[in-house]
Amino acid sequence: MKPRLGVYKFTSCDGCQLALLNQGADLLALLDRVELVHFPEAGPSAPEAAVDLALIEGSISTPEEAERIRGIRARAGHLVALGACATAGGIQALRNATEAGSAWRAALYPQPEFIATAERSLPVSALVPVDLELFGCPVDGRQLMAALNTVLAGGRYRPSGDSVCGECKQAGHACVLVSRGEPCLGPVTRAGCGALCPGQGRGCYGCFGPSAQANLASLKAVFAGLGLSDAEIGRRFAFITAEAFRALEQKHG
Amino acid sequence: MTHALFLPHARLDDLIRQVQSAGYRVIGPKLEAGVIHYAELNVAAELPWGWQAEQTPGRYRLHRSQQTLAFAWAAPAQGLKPWFFAPVEPLWRLRRTPDGFGLEPCLPDAKPIAVLGARACDLAAVARQDRILEHDPHYQARRQDALFIALHCTHPAASCFCTSAGTGPRASRFDLGLTELDTGFVLEVGSPRGGKLIEPLALAGATADQIQAAQTAVAAAAAQQTRRLPAGDLAGRLAACIDHPRWDAVAQRCLACGNCTQACPTCFCHARRETASADGQSAEHSRHWDSCFGELHGHLAGFQVRPQTAQRYRQWLTHKLGNWWAQFGASGCVGCGRCLTWCPAGIDLTEEVAAVLGEAPCGR
Repeated sequence: MKPRLGVYKFTSCDGCQLALLNQGADLLALLDRVELVHFPEAGPSAPEAAVDLALIEGSISTPEEAERIRGIRARAGHLVALGACATAGGIQALRNATEAGSAWRAALYPQPEFIATAERSLPVSALVPVDLELFGCPVDGRQLMAALNTVLAGGRYRPSGDSVCGECKQAGHACVLVSRGEPCLGPVTRAGCGALCPGQGRGCYGCFGPSAQANLASLKAVFAGLGLSDAEIGRRFAFITAEAFRALEQKHG
Repeated sequence: MTHALFLPHARLDDLIRQVQSAGYRVIGPKLEAGVIHYAELNVAAELPWGWQAEQTPGRYRLHRSQQTLAFAWAAPAQGLKPWFFAPVEPLWRLRRTPDGFGLEPCLPDAKPIAVLGARACDLAAVARQDRILEHDPHYQARRQDALFIALHCTHPAASCFCTSAGTGPRASRFDLGLTELDTGFVLEVGSPRGGKLIEPLALAGATADQIQAAQTAVAAAAAQQTRRLPAGDLAGRLAACIDHPRWDAVAQRCLACGNCTQACPTCFCHARRETASADGQSAEHSRHWDSCFGELHGHLAGFQVRPQTAQRYRQWLTHKLGNWWAQFGASGCVGCGRCLTWCPAGIDLTEEVAAVLGEAPCGR
C-alpha cells in the first residue's frame, strides 16, 4: 500500500505549497509513490482522513487552528512543518512583539469582534510534536524533495544548521557584504536556499531563520560599522523569521 | 632568470590561442559581480585591465588604476581550489537492480585547464592540496594535466603576507612564469611542456633592463607587505597557549559563518550526503566542502566536541598553523590573506596568532 500524503494549510500565503507544486517531473514521480489524500490547492480534499505523512504550511494563529493541528497530529504518522510560518510563526508573528490585546485589531477592522485571532502567531512545534522542520520563505523546492524522498526511502532527513555563507562560497558568488557593504544576514542565517539572494547581488534577509552557531551581536556590530543605525539594524532582523531571531537573542541575553 | 623572453601585452592573445589549441580550457582572472575571480577566459581583453583591488580585513573594493596593467591587483576572491577540488560533486550513484543494487562511479570528465595568471600563493596552495588529495581520483582527474602560467606578483594587497609564509611573491613552480611590466611580460619557461607551448610564438629575448625591472618589481612587492606570520611549525607554541583568553575574545567577534575556511585555498574538510531520487530507484552520494566552524563538523559519536565558537576558531588556527606540519610537513597557510579579507567581521589571522603568542603582528 502506498503511503498516504496530506498537505494542510494554516495561516500562510501558500508559497510553500507552490514550492511543492513547482517540482515538475520530480513531483509526478513522487505522486506515483504516494496516495495523495488531502491537498486542496492541488485538488483532493479529505481534511479528516488519516495520513502517513502530513505536510503543514502556515503558523497557528487562531483558536480554530490550534484545534485543527491537534487533530491532524493525532491522525498523522510523520508530521513535517514547512517554511517560516510553520517553523517560526512567520511574518504575521511580528504582532507577537507588539502589545497584546485588541487595540490594533480595532484599528484595522470595522467590527473587530468578528476576528477570532490568538494573541500570538505560533510555530507548529509550539502546539504539537513535529518530526521534521524545513525552513525558508518559501521552503527550497530541492530541499523539500530531498527531504520527502529521504523520508519515503525510510531514512531520516536533517536540514543543515550551517550558515548561508558556505553555500554562497560553494556557488562561487561574490560576498555582497565584504565586496559591496550590503547588510547581508547570510553569516547568521541557516543554509538551505543555495544562497539565492546573494547570488542575485542582494543581501540575505534571513528567511531560513538563525543558523546553529549564529552570533547576532557580532553581525550587528558589523552592520553598525557600515553606517546602519540601531533602528535600521533592528528592522533587518524583525522580518519573516523575527520570532526565531528574537528567541535567540533572549536566550543569549 | 635565465633565458627570459618578452611577451608584449599585444601578444597575450597569441599565447592564449596557443594554449587553447594545445587542448586546454583557459582559466584566468575576470571582473564579475564586483570582484576579480578565476573564470573561463577566451581573449586577453577579458582580463581586468586597469583595475586595482583594495583588500583589508572584512573589506574588498575595486578601484580604477592609473596604469593599464592586467594584473595590478593581488589575490582573486577565490583561489584555484574549486577548479580541482569541486565545492560540490557526486562521487557515486546507487541504482536498484532486480537482485539488489548497482554502483556507478561519477568521475569528472573535463578538459584539462590552463591557469593564466596563477599567483604564487595559489600555486603553493595547489601544491599543499596535491599532497592531501594525492589519492583522490576526483581531484586528480581535474588536476593531473593542468598547466600553470604563473604571475609573479607585483601588486600585493594590504591583506597579503606571502613573503612571511614563504610562498611568494615569486612563484616557484610553473610551466610558464610572467612578470608584468608597463608594456608586457618578462616570460620564463618553467617546464619542457611550457617551453614547447611558446616555441611557435618566436618571442624575442627580454633585455637586461626588462629582467632587472621585473626583479625589482617583485622585490618591491615583497617589501611592501606589512602583515606577517611567525615562521615555522607553531604547534608546540600554540599548544602552550591553549587556554589563552584571546580565544574567547575572538569568539565575541567570530560569526562562525565559515567564510575563512571556504575562502582558504588549502582548507580541505568536506562532508558527504546521500540524496534519494524522486522515483525511489536511485541515490546519489555526493561530497561538499565542510567547515570546522559548521554545526556538525565536531559532532562525533553522539556529542559535539567543540560546541563553543572559541573552540572552533582555536581548532582552525592551531590546525592551520600548527598541527598541519605534523600531518603534511608544511604550514596550512600560504599567506594569501583571503581569510581576513573575506571575514565579514574582519578577523585578522596574523593579528590573532600574534596576540596568542605575544608577538608584534607586523614586521615593520
